[in-house]
Amino acid sequence: MPDYTPPVRDIQFVLHEVLKAEDLSALDGYEDVSADLLDQIIEEGGKLCSEVLFPLNQSGDQEGCHYNDGVVTTPEGFKEAYKTFAEGGWCGVSGDPDFGGMGMPVLLGTVMQEMICSANMSFGMYPGLSQGAYEALHHFGSDEQKAVYLPKLIEGVWSGTMCLTEPHCGTDLGLIKTKAVPNGDGAYKLTGTKIFISAGEHDLTENIVHLVLAKLPDAPDGVKGISLFVVPKFLPSGDGVGDRNGVRCGSIEHKMGIHANSTCVINFDEAQAELVGAPHKGLRAMFTMMNAARLGVGMQGLGIAEIAYQNGLAYAKDRLQMRSLTGAKAPDKPADPIIVHPDVRRMLLKAKAFTEGARALSYYAGMNLDIANKSTDPQEKLRADDLVALLTPIIKAFQTDMGLEIAVDMQQVYGGHGYIAEWGMEQYVRDARIAQIYEGTNGIQALDLVGRKMSQSYGRLLRRFFHPALQFVEDHQNDPDLAEFVLPFAKSLMKLQQATAMIAQRGLKNPDEAGAASVDYLRQFALVALGYMWCRMVKTALEGKENNAGDAAFYDAKIATAKFFMHRMLPEADARFKMVMAGAGSIMELDEAAF
Amino acid sequence: MKILVPIKRVVDYNVKVRAKTDGSDVDIANVKMSVNPFDEIAVEEAVRLKEAGKAEEIIVLTIGPEKAQEQLRTAMAIGADRGIHVVTDDNVEPLSVAKALKHFVEKEQPNLIIMGKQAIDGDYNQTGQMLAALLGWPQATFASKVELNGDSAHVTREIDGGLETLKIALPGIITTDLRLNEPRYAKLPDIMKAKKKPLDSFTPADIGVDFTNRLQILKVNDPPVRQGGVKVGSIDELIDKLKNEAKVI
Ligand SMILES: Cc1cc2nc3c(=O)[nH]c(=O)nc-3n(C[C@H](O)[C@H](O)[C@H](O)COP(=O)(O)OP(=O)(O)OC[C@H]3O[C@@H](n4cnc5c(N)ncnc54)[C@H](O)[C@@H]3O)c2cc1C
Repeated sequence: MPDYTPPVRDIQFVLHEVLKAEDLSALDGYEDVSADLLDQIIEEGGKLCSEVLFPLNQSGDQEGCHYNDGVVTTPEGFKEAYKTFAEGGWCGVSGDPDFGGMGMPVLLGTVMQEMICSANMSFGMYPGLSQGAYEALHHFGSDEQKAVYLPKLIEGVWSGTMCLTEPHCGTDLGLIKTKAVPNGDGAYKLTGTKIFISAGEHDLTENIVHLVLAKLPDAPDGVKGISLFVVPKFLPSGDGVGDRNGVRCGSIEHKMGIHANSTCVINFDEAQAELVGAPHKGLRAMFTMMNAARLGVGMQGLGIAEIAYQNGLAYAKDRLQMRSLTGAKAPDKPADPIIVHPDVRRMLLKAKAFTEGARALSYYAGMNLDIANKSTDPQEKLRADDLVALLTPIIKAFQTDMGLEIAVDMQQVYGGHGYIAEWGMEQYVRDARIAQIYEGTNGIQALDLVGRKMSQSYGRLLRRFFHPALQFVEDHQNDPDLAEFVLPFAKSLMKLQQATAMIAQRGLKNPDEAGAASVDYLRQFALVALGYMWCRMVKTALEGKENNAGDAAFYDAKIATAKFFMHRMLPEADARFKMVMAGAGSIMELDEAAF
Repeated sequence: MKILVPIKRVVDYNVKVRAKTDGSDVDIANVKMSVNPFDEIAVEEAVRLKEAGKAEEIIVLTIGPEKAQEQLRTAMAIGADRGIHVVTDDNVEPLSVAKALKHFVEKEQPNLIIMGKQAIDGDYNQTGQMLAALLGWPQATFASKVELNGDSAHVTREIDGGLETLKIALPGIITTDLRLNEPRYAKLPDIMKAKKKPLDSFTPADIGVDFTNRLQILKVNDPPVRQGGVKVGSIDELIDKLKNEAKVI
């Protein structure tokens, strides 16, 4: 049986010491934010995750969801846990106070997401999807729609879904067939079949609010003809629900992981629907949903890596097997704990360096999202917005790829026991896998990075990362304590700029060049971004040691982990650089028949 | 009805503590600290009484370091109305704590004090009893059920033979056992509201209590590591070993 302890000290290190999250209190609406308050919320939220959600993770996986004639039942204990969660106000952490939300920073929501995903990823998707629906309606809904739906979503008595995928299309949403026909009274009748709809049907809430992509009769072809609709399972009535709408769950999928989260076929049969936003402008609204959701999926990768690491570490200290190559380290025991062996240490350190680095990167993005939302300085707002847009595909793809990789490594630390269900590690491998696929496959994230984010406004988005990173190098390259970190980082940054220029140049002439480079480029970028985070963390740790000598062991561990990152992880950026620079030739030349 | 709930900041019950290498004390540097679990139960009980309309005000009080403010905020997030903090870095002992509590009881005049039966750091199980003696108040310890009836309380307590129900006159002192209730998870809006609830700080000098330790810790050891067992071949061998090796029969 695995264990989970919210990594509160590590979270606080990033929030308060590296990012100075309390500075958010300067923004309108965040006046109450203080280090104390954030800590208190994280403490209580963490308790809920470890004591209420985590104990249901393994049992939920084993039991799975049940389907019976259109009705879906979640595993035992989920309903009560959801009630505790929703009644505690946790569905509305960063929700708009005008609709009953707590109005806390998105950054705090990001921290909660990490802990929820570590504790129980399947559970987390129910409120997670509601969050997506909330974002879409908050940005694009009419005043009336907001008044009807937002308070219910924030309170958690209704939940949300995102209905994009259809049997014949997932990535290419221009192909969708679901149709919406005007009723004449301003509403629409929506008909079609959506598949793979997470949280599409369940027993946790009194109503389910589907946000559905569909086409109007006069829609232009392709993605320019997509509109967004809100389709509730039960029609709202008074302060509650009225008639059942023409929405029915046809079946649920049997799948590799996240068994406790229902993945549904949803059939719409002349369901009463309302348009959200302008006709044919659904794609824009969808991307609003998607961007928040993509960061959320990135947190799933991080959350799984963290829980897998915690347990891999505990096992490595406990499991006695073979002697250290340099002589017994625990002579009083029949063998040494496996943490003495270089390969086990390598895996653990990779997990540690990734989770701590990715935590810093994710919270950095979360904090910038707050600045983008709330700053009254247009320059600053734009800077932050650009940075988040740039980092979103990187966080989604890199962190979910690494989520699986770390889960597999930590499973490896358990040896054969890692393969056995009872120990819980194989569940993490299965659960981690989906995050690479949904919310736009990781391949699509890479295309988003090289296709849209890179070229947008002549590289303005890229500069939002490169400028502060270069500035950091300039400010610290002569600092002897930082040199061993800043130098390799500076080199990797240079190569990233080179790769960027190459893709921009060749991709312009031949888009396959950009496509072929995209995945390796994204990984290269991600490693450099983590390098930047590690440099900042070392700087903070050195300061921390000076100001708080009692905590020296904590800071020394940060510095030692940074060293591992520079020696053993950042060099992968060089390899990716070479792959990018090799160009598309070897990928595109082979004739299809020759495969 | 006004209820006073004294609470203590202690090492979180999940933390596996170790002795300091010099054996002077338990090493609590950088470990997670929480509200003493018995005290959390006391706060929960007070809040339930208030929710049931049987109490009007709940005051939480702690004696401890600056950071013990966190525990007061936690208690206020569960539902206490205001906090009192006596700030001291001393490792406080039951008698001086009871004296400090007496000071505030005289000042605040609560009708009821609900407190943990013991703190899980020192495990003394003395403070409530000492306070009752100092105040000359009745006490009902190890409560697993509490019913208030005007100026008296029925308290069911866990004793060796089973359950015993006592009636005490109020004002009085009740100390909590684990099974009294299951504390709730603080709600997010309440955590935020707790930040704005009043909290008064005092120094030991302000209240005229001297926290100098009267007890001296001689040595703190980790528990001895359990030795591996042996398999015995027969009942006779077992009896022989119990008699001659373990010398327990
Ligand atoms: C458990 C689960 C939950 C899900 N939840 C939801 C949900 O809540 N709502 C929802 O709407 N959908 C959901 N999905 C669907 C998911 O988002 C899609 O499966 C995903 O977007 C991929 O679409 P697809 O399956 O049609 O694959 P395809 O689009 O057919 O893609 C197949 C492969 O081709 C690649 N590919 C396609 N186009 C390109 C291109 N231009 N360049 C490079 N590579 C390309 C893809 O990367 C992928 O590797 C869920 C799926 C699962 C399995």
